[in-house]
Amino acid sequence: MDIDWSLFWESLGPLSLAAVVGTIPLALVSFVLGMVLAVAAALMRLSKNRFVSGLARLYISVIRGTPLLVQLFVVFYGLPSIGVVINPWPSAIIALSLNVGGYAAEVVRAAILSVDKGQWEAAYMVGMNRRTALRRVILPQAARVAVPPLSNTFISLVKDTSLTSLILMSELFRKAQEIAAFTQEFMLLYVEAGLVYWVICLALSSGQLRLERRPDRHVAVA
Amino acid sequence: MSLSPDAERADAPLLTVEDVSKAFGDNQVLRSVDLTVERGDVVAVIGASGSGKTTLLRCLNGLETPDAGVVSVAGTRVDFASVGSAGAKELERARGSLRDQSAMVFQHYNLFPHRTVIENVIEGPVVVQGRSRSEALEDARALLERVGLADKADSYPHQLSGGQQQRVGIVRALALKPSLLLFDEPTSALDPELVGDVLLLMRDLAAEGWTMVVVTHELQFAREVAAKVAFVDAGRVLEVGPPAQVLGAPREERTRQFVRRLTHPL
Repeated sequence: MDIDWSLFWESLGPLSLAAVVGTIPLALVSFVLGMVLAVAAALMRLSKNRFVSGLARLYISVIRGTPLLVQLFVVFYGLPSIGVVINPWPSAIIALSLNVGGYAAEVVRAAILSVDKGQWEAAYMVGMNRRTALRRVILPQAARVAVPPLSNTFISLVKDTSLTSLILMSELFRKAQEIAAFTQEFMLLYVEAGLVYWVICLALSSGQLRLERRPDRHVAVA
Repeated sequence: MSLSPDAERADAPLLTVEDVSKAFGDNQVLRSVDLTVERGDVVAVIGASGSGKTTLLRCLNGLETPDAGVVSVAGTRVDFASVGSAGAKELERARGSLRDQSAMVFQHYNLFPHRTVIENVIEGPVVVQGRSRSEALEDARALLERVGLADKADSYPHQLSGGQQQRVGIVRALALKPSLLLFDEPTSALDPELVGDVLLLMRDLAAEGWTMVVVTHELQFAREVAAKVAFVDAGRVLEVGPPAQVLGAPREERTRQFVRRLTHPL
C-alpha cells in the first residue's frame, strides 16, 4: 500500500488546529462543568433527605444507562422538535457535561466516603457545621483520592468528544472526515486522526502520572 | 468555700449529666447515667470495652445524641428528650451549643492530615470562632512551645510520632478555650514509651485547674490525678468516688474484678 506522505503532513496542520480550537476546549469546559455537577450530585446522593438523594440517584442512573450518542442527539436533534434550538457548541457542552457529571458523581461520592469518620468528628469538635466541615476538611482530602479515577474520566472524555462530529461540531474527527471525503483517502485520514487523539491522551497520561507521584506531603498512607 | 459575689455560680458543678440514655438499635448502650463534675476537677471514667464509657463521653459534646436525659456544661443545658422531638434544626443547634463549651482529644488524634500542625491548631479559632489569624497564630505558637513542639509548627501530622500528634491534638483542644476538656482514651493508640509524655502533659493541665473528663485505662493516672473515678459497666455508672475508694476498696464486685484484671493482667 502506498502512503501519501505529503497528504499526511498537509493534513496534520488542519487536524491539529481542529484539536486545539475544538476538541481540547470542548473537553476542558465540559469537564469543569461536569465536575461541578458531579460534586453537587454526590452531595445530594449522600443527603439524608430521600427525595434529594433519589433525584441524584435518578440522574446518575439515566446518564450511565443511556449511550452518550443518544444523549447528544436528544439535546441537538430532539429538543428542536419541542421548540428548543441549541447550537452545536452549547449542545455538545450540555450533553458532555451532564454525561461526565453522572459518571464522576459516583467517583466523588466514593472519595467522600473514603475519608475517615474521625475527620468529620474532629471538624465538628472544633465547632464546624456540616457545610464548613465539607469545605475545609472533607472535600480537600476526598480530592486527593479522586485524582486518579477522575484523570481517567477526563481522558475518556477527550475521546468521547469525537461523537460530537455527528451533531455538526467542527472538531478533530469531523475535520478528518471532511478531508477524507474530499481526497478519498479514508484509511490515511482516520488513522491520522487516531494518532492525534493518541498523542493528546499520552500527554494527559504523563500529566496524570506526575500528579499522582507528586510527593505526597499531605496524607500518610494509612 | 468561696465568698466571692458569684460564689453560687462558681460553686455550681461545671458538668452535670442527668438520666442520660442511649441505644444503638436494640443495643442499650447507656442506661440512665448520672454524673457530676465540679469546676477544676478531673474525673476519670474507667470500664471494659463496650461498657459505654466512650459513648458517654461523646454524648457530652453532641458527637452522639442521647435518646433522653439532660446534659449541662457551664450553664448550657440541653434536655435531649425535648430537643429530640423538636426537629433536626433544633437538635443541631443544641449540639452546637454543647460543643462550644468543650473540646475533645481523640484516641486516634484525628488531626487534619492536609494541614500543618499550626494550621490544625488555629483552624477552629479562626474559621469557627472568628478570631484574627495573627492573634490565633500567636496563641498557637505559645501553646506549641509549652508542649515542646514549637519546631514542629510547620510539619504535617504524618511527619510526627504518635506522642507528638497527640500533644498537637491536646493543643488543638486547648486553643478553642473550652470550659471542659474531654479525653477519649488519649494514650490507647500510643506506643508504650510515648504514653508518659502525654500523661505528664495532662497532669500539668489538671494542676493548672482545667476541668477534665478522661476515659482511660491508665489506672495510675486516675489514682494520682483524678478527683473522682467513675466505673462504667453495662451502660451504668456502677460506682463513683475518690480514686482511693473506687480503685483501692471498691464496693462493687464488678469494679473489683475490673481493677484486678487491669492491675494484674496475668
